[in-house]
Amino acid sequence: MAVGKNILRKDGYEKLTGAARYVDDVTLEGMLYGKTIRSRIARGRIKSIAYDAAFDWSQIVIADYRDIPGKNYVALIEDDQPLLAENEIRHYAEPILLIAAANKDLLEAAAHHIHIEYEQWSPVLSIEDALACREIIYGTDNIFKRFLIGRGDVEEGFAQAERIIEGEYRVPHQEQLYIEPQGMIAIPGNEAMTLMGSMQCPYYIHKAIKQLFHLNDEQVVVIQMTTGGGFGGKEEYPSVIAAHAALLAHKAQRPVKLIYDRAEDIAATPKRHPGVIRHRTGVRRDGRMVASEIDLVFDGGAYVTLTPVVLSRGVIHALGPYACDNVRIQARAIATNTPPNGAFRGFGAPQVAFAYEMQMEKIAAELGMDSLELRRINMLREGDTTATGQTLIWSVGSEEVLNEAVERANYQAQRLAFSQSHSSIQTSTTNHVEAHKRRGIGLSFFLHGAGFTGSGEAKMKAQAGIEIMANGHPRVLSGSTEIGQGTRTIFSQIVAEELSLDFSAVEIEEPDTSRVPDSGPTVASRTCMVVGRVVQMAAREVKAKLLHFVAERFAAPEVELREGKFMVAEKALADFQEMACEYVNLFGELRCFAHYASPPEIEWNEETYSGDAYPVYSWGAEVAEVEVDMDTYEVTVVRLTTAQDIGRAIHPLLAAGQIEGGTLQAVGYGLLEELVWDQGRIINNRLTNYIIPTALDAPDMETIIVEKAYPHGPFGAKGVGELPINGAAPAIAAAVFQATGAFLSEIPITPERLQAAIEKVTTDEHR
Amino acid sequence: MSDEKNKSDQQKSGVSRRSFLKASGISLGVPLVVGHRVINVNGQEVKLYGPTKTSITLTINGAKQTVEVEPRVTLLEALRHELDITGAKRVCDRATCGACTMIVGGKAVYSCTVLAIEAQGKPITTVESLMQGEKLHPLQQAFVDNDGQQCGYCTPGFVMACKAFLDKNPSPTPEEVQKGLGGNLCRCGTYMGVRAAVLQAATMHKGGKNHG
Amino acid sequence: MRQTPTVQSPLTLNEIYAALAECAGDLKIIAGGTDLMVLANAHQLEASNFLDIWRVDELRGISDEGDALRIGALTTYTQLIRAPLIQQFIPALVAASRTIGAVQIQNRGTLGGNIVNASPAGDSLPVLAAYDAALEIGSQRGTRRVAFNEFYTGYRRTVLAADELVIAARVPKVKAGERDFFCKVGTRRAQAISKIVMSAKAQMNAASIASIQIGIGSVAPTVMRATQTEALLVGATLTPDLIEQARQMIANEVTPITDLRSTEHYRRSVTGNVLTKFLRQIIEGAEAR
Repeated sequence: MAVGKNILRKDGYEKLTGAARYVDDVTLEGMLYGKTIRSRIARGRIKSIAYDAAFDWSQIVIADYRDIPGKNYVALIEDDQPLLAENEIRHYAEPILLIAAANKDLLEAAAHHIHIEYEQWSPVLSIEDALACREIIYGTDNIFKRFLIGRGDVEEGFAQAERIIEGEYRVPHQEQLYIEPQGMIAIPGNEAMTLMGSMQCPYYIHKAIKQLFHLNDEQVVVIQMTTGGGFGGKEEYPSVIAAHAALLAHKAQRPVKLIYDRAEDIAATPKRHPGVIRHRTGVRRDGRMVASEIDLVFDGGAYVTLTPVVLSRGVIHALGPYACDNVRIQARAIATNTPPNGAFRGFGAPQVAFAYEMQMEKIAAELGMDSLELRRINMLREGDTTATGQTLIWSVGSEEVLNEAVERANYQAQRLAFSQSHSSIQTSTTNHVEAHKRRGIGLSFFLHGAGFTGSGEAKMKAQAGIEIMANGHPRVLSGSTEIGQGTRTIFSQIVAEELSLDFSAVEIEEPDTSRVPDSGPTVASRTCMVVGRVVQMAAREVKAKLLHFVAERFAAPEVELREGKFMVAEKALADFQEMACEYVNLFGELRCFAHYASPPEIEWNEETYSGDAYPVYSWGAEVAEVEVDMDTYEVTVVRLTTAQDIGRAIHPLLAAGQIEGGTLQAVGYGLLEELVWDQGRIINNRLTNYIIPTALDAPDMETIIVEKAYPHGPFGAKGVGELPINGAAPAIAAAVFQATGAFLSEIPITPERLQAAIEKVTTDEHR
Repeated sequence: MSDEKNKSDQQKSGVSRRSFLKASGISLGVPLVVGHRVINVNGQEVKLYGPTKTSITLTINGAKQTVEVEPRVTLLEALRHELDITGAKRVCDRATCGACTMIVGGKAVYSCTVLAIEAQGKPITTVESLMQGEKLHPLQQAFVDNDGQQCGYCTPGFVMACKAFLDKNPSPTPEEVQKGLGGNLCRCGTYMGVRAAVLQAATMHKGGKNHG
Repeated sequence: MRQTPTVQSPLTLNEIYAALAECAGDLKIIAGGTDLMVLANAHQLEASNFLDIWRVDELRGISDEGDALRIGALTTYTQLIRAPLIQQFIPALVAASRTIGAVQIQNRGTLGGNIVNASPAGDSLPVLAAYDAALEIGSQRGTRRVAFNEFYTGYRRTVLAADELVIAARVPKVKAGERDFFCKVGTRRAQAISKIVMSAKAQMNAASIASIQIGIGSVAPTVMRATQTEALLVGATLTPDLIEQARQMIANEVTPITDLRSTEHYRRSVTGNVLTKFLRQIIEGAEAR
């Protein structure tokens, strides 16, 4: 058995010995280094571009929008983002020119000798600015996209409500901060333009380059190199870098390497969408929700890019893991003059999760009831219906995760103990002469739809295949990328399990568009559940072909494949490897491809935005225990306990690593991470001042994996990558609320923000 | 190096089969190479490096290697660009992230803030040296066992920081381990795995077992 | 194209003095490189030649001079943390050194570097301020001694002449019965730049404060001493009321700004709160005794 075992990570050895080559570790003969010249204003137009005459430009390759053979757009959802600005500037750090030189010193020197003059226009820099429409920067109302979903009769629901509770929640930008900065190498050639580098989605780049250069499928080859983390940040943006490198390479007719340094990477690439989310909830005195109205606004930045898809996930997850018969959710994404926001692990869900969980805390506080009890009253269970009208028919681990997390963290006893110790403290929260550390414990409960939203997977029809190599071992052909999350390892386990082989016998082909089919992007927690399923189906087809072959060859119709051998009852006829080789020798090749088909039970209506938004959901619950230093307002997360239902852990150790990693990023989201802006420019674009958790900031974590098998996932597996990033921020905020009495409706809970909230509580108390 | 070895190295590098990937050093286009000069300033003789390239000798993973670098070049750049030793990574260039960590003269340092000329005469140890023949070093093995790496970009530096830590603290407590590893940022969130790996490697060491 | 810098590598203090006398101003002194190389990597040090003093062993070492310790400018934080003399006589300096960056920084960063870098956020500086340290400054013209609390003349400005070098800090030992204190409030738990950093020292005479020195960083253009608050506290009996008065006074005495890392409001009030941490410790220590 390979599935469920903690086998050696396929990419572990290379990474631990320094042998793994990432894009910046490779130097090619005759290679030039590229650099992007970017705007230094947030909004306006280019008046002039001047090149110092005294500088020797003969050694510099320069490219601008006029060098693009095709249309000047980066292919994504809408053709609105130019690859290089032509005249109008819509955000700070927008690419204008590209330069390349044989060495980096020359490149930096050249950059200093280019002078761009602008006419500055008044920029739109916040959600409030955009909605106020004083300046129109997109369409007629600055709105990129709207959704309205709902069911029941909200007015009727509110009429039945005994209490109506309102809350407004704010969530910030968050930088992916993959440790490997973005980078790409473009190699021009007679037959094809080759792009290799750090990426999540080779076929996105393939499509973008084809369009920009008017090339056909075979004329573009995209190869993923070992990639140092993505978290969504290498979903869409690498297409821009690849195209920039390709443009320079095309012009220079030499390979060009374009690597961002950290400051440029943070300044220019997409972030998690900030948002403002308003809840208005009607409840009965016993806690039952009878009406819910939610309004969410996401800041998309300067161009559409992936914003509509992020907003779509946001609106569908906005009510969270709760049932309510009367729901109306309005969602808008607006335009600002800031770099486009894009994909980041969670993709719209962590924003709304903070809001719906804090709203639960608020409702509980106002009703004077326990928030765990409130959640139990309203939670979705198997057979219940979601806001989009989806009835949950399978793999609903909601009760299990909540019970597990609460029990393992000893939540109720701790909650009681902390609340008793607080009521015994007579002094006010701002008395610094006495008690100085406060403890609190908080809970969050959440879900995450796995795979693409709505009919995305049905349209995508992800492909993957398996071929038998000359040595009789299988090789997986898939465009899904390894970015540290374990793609290569779990695919080898799935195939090994299906073909009853040792996992080490399975090879994974590099993601190279000339060799692997389009499995869809490596995003949306879909690699294991969706592509893993397709790989499994391809493996089954290989198995079927070989069984048929062996049955005929040995005239043994009842042959089976067990432990790497073809068996009839207890008699071994031949090895897998031997028969696979024989098959290949006889027929030339053995390659089987499969494509994804949605489960027949799933129905989605794109027009009304209703139905089965996702084939299945993963479920999580998290308990955070915190200590707050009342002198410095610093929050220490003492312990995190999380239970997550992921269907089946193909590799429990890697799955736990995904949960811990996502949870730690969420600790950063909740406590530390914030961008500081000055007129549209990010001024904390360094690892010294964009604050992510260090090992000392990482709390002890206990992870409990719950396995409610999903019948259409490989061996029951569903998504795991994104689920964990939803839980920590609201759980920590709930714990801080218990510890201090300050209700934080905005993250991150920096000491400065907590101080202000505590001072407000104290002022209110004294009033 | 035999062709066989060469081939297997290429396959490990993840860029196999592409003939155009023959790695080569970068030519900075500064042809003149001199050693350091001794200049006389106010009656004192002082070694002067640069501004042109200087020939220096570094002792890297037990082997002496001579490189020609401008004196402002960092140890990290010298190894990555001149010697194609690319395990240590350039990530922040700000002495913050630890991806460039090497052990120089027995101490963990950020090689992005050490001048290459300054590292002359001291043993320089990088992640490339840890393998013992075909076997992983016990610390590397402990990283494997505890999944102390995901994307791998912080890993070579993190492993070296852990090695230096264990060299100084062979039997650390879990709290010492947590406090001792603040100099390496990991965004995948492998800190739990790394802590467990360090504790495992320490236990193996304490038990006196020779794991390779 | 910009000129690439030269690097001079002296081996003795006299060689350093000579080099500084010859081409002062154009030379950037580099020791552990933890601050300077960061600027160099970010192309913020154009046209500077380096004077690399790392090999000058005369500048290393800690010696006992009776009522004070003399700490060579090139002494690293790791050396400070491990030195029994520092642990015994300047415990706050051990505490401060432990909070600086992380071990890789502590292995290369030097006390002298922290001093001359002149950042208001330098984490060892409040200790030197509270301990009334003196600096030994040398040049070809000779050696002079400057009180640490008179070393800074403004934001990132010092009394150092272009040909001079800080060669050592002379730090009085903590006295018997004296309590010392260090607290850094940073952006996170490692690799953090301080928002507020405080060191203090006090001698009690029964329930009243015989003497107190408070050094604070990140709350003014330079590291500072809270002299007004010290004056309030000296000779007074340590009561909750006095603690509250001191808390409010020091919050008004500091002159912080709002920047990337924190706000003026937070820095003022948390400076007060951090001081109360120390004063509470004194009361609790007295009660325990």
